Amino acid sequence: MYRIATAQIWVHDQDEALEFYTQKLGMEVHSDVTVPEMGNFRWLTVGPPGQEDVSIVLMAIPSPPVMDAETAEQVKTLMAKGFAGTVFLTTDDVQASYEELKKRGVEFVEEPEERPYGIDSAFRDPSGNNFRLTEVRETANV
Amino acid sequence: MAFVPSDRHLLRAKDLADARYFEPLRVDDLARAAKLSRAHFSREFRRAFGESPHAYLLTRRLERAAALLRGTDRSVAEICFSVGLQSVGSFTTSFTRTYGVSPTAYRASFPPASRHALIPTCVWRAYARPQRRTFREDNGARRSDDDGHSLDQGGFDVQDRHRANLGA
Repeated sequence: MYRIATAQIWVHDQDEALEFYTQKLGMEVHSDVTVPEMGNFRWLTVGPPGQEDVSIVLMAIPSPPVMDAETAEQVKTLMAKGFAGTVFLTTDDVQASYEELKKRGVEFVEEPEERPYGIDSAFRDPSGNNFRLTEVRETANV
Repeated sequence: MAFVPSDRHLLRAKDLADARYFEPLRVDDLARAAKLSRAHFSREFRRAFGESPHAYLLTRRLERAAALLRGTDRSVAEICFSVGLQSVGSFTTSFTRTYGVSPTAYRASFPPASRHALIPTCVWRAYARPQRRTFREDNGARRSDDDGHSLDQGGFDVQDRHRANLGA
């Protein structure tokens, strides 16, 4: 009926985010377009290799008049407090992914640990967005 | 120690090329990942995957470069470096040999990246809205109602607004 194509997260700095998502997480750039008619708005999307039809928009926090200054501050505060949302990633081998990402400089806030649903870990992007990286247990084995 | 089929080591090299193509990786690095000597590695890789490791790594990079030419407005040189290649000249030559057209001509054969990117209407609506917000009819309004972002007190005519909307 319908599918998830793109979801958006706020980032403090698009260049910093781009470096993190590509160089450290190993995602690929799907779009990177700056549009003069939109006040040089930059549409920047990335996604995991092999998932070309799913993208994350790395969206800069807008200035007025798109977003008023007070709201922008509120968004920044939510991000700083870790309440701006979470992206849930799955992997076949969380220990291997954890070690690879850690080697590349990703700072984990939770190391892989057994949970009822699988082995779960967590890290943050430079803006404070929360990511969970999970090796989900086969449903039959839960 | 458990027996590991040799193709598993070769796959490690292939995975490295897939994951880290944007770094200045060379066939030597792939051979190291497979724990084989360079000459032996190239032979074995070709046997297992049907092409040389050099060809695999290069085409991996060219595929990403083609995607970036279609989906971004970055320059050809920027794209060349961002897929791990070091020389724009060699990049252009390899790309042209592979795709039959130069990177610039390849890009020109697709819609502009801003259309390819399919920026959604809600984003256009938010960002393409004209920034000047004081209209002639607002001149009598209390200044405190204005958010102070208007630079032009002279107003903003309907034509400007129409043109801005067309941009969206």
